[in-house]
Amino acid sequence: MKIQILAFGIAKDIIKGQRAEIELSEGNDIHALKNKLCEQFPDFKKLRSFSIAVNADYQTDQYILNENDEVVIIPPVSGG
Amino acid sequence: MIDIQLKNEALSVEECSELVASNATGGTVLFIGTVRNQTQGKKVLRLDFEAYEPMAISEMRKIAVEAKARWNAEKIAIHHRLGSLQIQEIAVIIAVATPHRKAAFEACQFCIDTLKETVPIWKKEIFEDGEVWVAAHP
Repeated sequence: MKIQILAFGIAKDIIKGQRAEIELSEGNDIHALKNKLCEQFPDFKKLRSFSIAVNADYQTDQYILNENDEVVIIPPVSGG
Repeated sequence: MIDIQLKNEALSVEECSELVASNATGGTVLFIGTVRNQTQGKKVLRLDFEAYEPMAISEMRKIAVEAKARWNAEKIAIHHRLGSLQIQEIAVIIAVATPHRKAAFEACQFCIDTLKETVPIWKKEIFEDGEVWVAAHP
């Protein structure tokens, strides 16, 4: 399945745009997505950390992704 | 009362102060976060802020809901600025009004500390010779 992802902050610079499409297997979780991102864009490994939000909420690595989820890469936040 | 806003224009301290005014409260604490002119001795020209807006709003609301419950706060306003900010401009205002002052200080501190950890807002420091996304790298 293809997952559409949205990026902000430094993640946008890393994927060279605000959006990307990542190919995952059915039943893959966020852990698998993070591995795939690090494989395709090795600069993610240099970050302090990064989280994944699904449908505007933080999710754990065990969350199983669906094709129509709104998936967003959340690099270390720095508001305030 | 909880008032959460992301704004592309200047934030107003007066507006936040008025939003949390109430007959039932004896203490109001306002935190005002402004753009500093240097970071680790290096001159900063401006800061650019961006947010994943729907989630930033919901995360700020979660913080206010928790602070309201834990410190029995009557009213909380959290306003955060987006876009390009010059030195000394206000990036964030947190206003907390509670019946007694101690709770207002504690709740306000909790709100800004948690905002910095969880709310999906990012700032880029613009220097004379380059730019850096704050806190991105170890």
